[in-house]
Amino acid sequence: MTAIPSNSSALSEEVKLDTPLEIAGKMFTSRFLLGTGKFKNKTDLAQSIEAAKTEIVTVALRRIDLERHEENILEYIPKNVTLLVNTSGARNAQEAVRIARLAKEAGYGNWIKIEVINDSKYLLPDNQETVKATEILAAEGFVILPYMYPDLYAARALVQAGAATVMPLGSLIGSNRGLKVKEFIQILIDEIDIPIVVDAGLGAPSHAAEAMEMGADAVLVNTAVATAGQPALIAQAFAMAVEAGRLAYLSKLPSPKDNADASSPLTGFLYDQSR
Amino acid sequence: MYIMLNGQKKEILPPQNLREVVGRFSPSSAVLIAEVNGTIIKKNQWDEIHVNDGDTIELVSFVGGG
Repeated sequence: MTAIPSNSSALSEEVKLDTPLEIAGKMFTSRFLLGTGKFKNKTDLAQSIEAAKTEIVTVALRRIDLERHEENILEYIPKNVTLLVNTSGARNAQEAVRIARLAKEAGYGNWIKIEVINDSKYLLPDNQETVKATEILAAEGFVILPYMYPDLYAARALVQAGAATVMPLGSLIGSNRGLKVKEFIQILIDEIDIPIVVDAGLGAPSHAAEAMEMGADAVLVNTAVATAGQPALIAQAFAMAVEAGRLAYLSKLPSPKDNADASSPLTGFLYDQSR
Repeated sequence: MYIMLNGQKKEILPPQNLREVVGRFSPSSAVLIAEVNGTIIKKNQWDEIHVNDGDTIELVSFVGGG
């Protein structure tokens, strides 16, 4: 099944009325960042990037395979899409800094998703090391989007260190479990002035919509798209959910209530008797 | 002489510069970045960098990632 052409979506027109997402002085219409890992093949990846209408994609840096030829992933990423290189594999700040400097040398910009993980079971980000790496790299002029556990103090430290965004996890990486730390992400949304990009654990378009309704500025999804039966189709679904959630947030949606509140008038019923 | 290339011990015949070593061992044209003994070497300097016995070389490129 092919993705529905974008011009058939009324939502997209509405979202154009929204202010663009601004990261480090660069403007983005799309609030959906896509990861490029785990795709079965490069065709799925290319079609998903197109269906997602994403303007920022993440890639990783690895040793080349000396035994066999590997495809160059950059050939499948359109030139107008901003490349965000992650520091996956880094176990501390110094390793993240090394990866970032290597990535910059490739000549595809200086946007870095700092990802420091030193726990192989939960793959939780190490906030302290992430702050250290952010301090060093921001001072060198890198644009830093740090992946973090949603902790207000760490988020403030990241802002102080020069981060361009803060990227709190929704739940464990690749778990598809949605917003398990919703209340703490809400605190970041309410208290942190730089863009909040919810990253990791968003497993369905409804999760992405929920994050956007809360006031998140953007979301980053990888596993849920890459491992779906039809990646391009769910990429489009995520894109629509992100737009729907954003519109709902802009609409100032009303808060939940404890009691019922009738939608129809409570006067003028047919059986009312005058006394 | 021997070098450590991407964590593997490899024998090479001297003298060789970095570009020759990359050409000898890399099956991909996608090699983007080289590091010799912890120092990043710009592509336009690969001809000038002589590879010595015991050097540690890393060749890296971009792959899919989240």
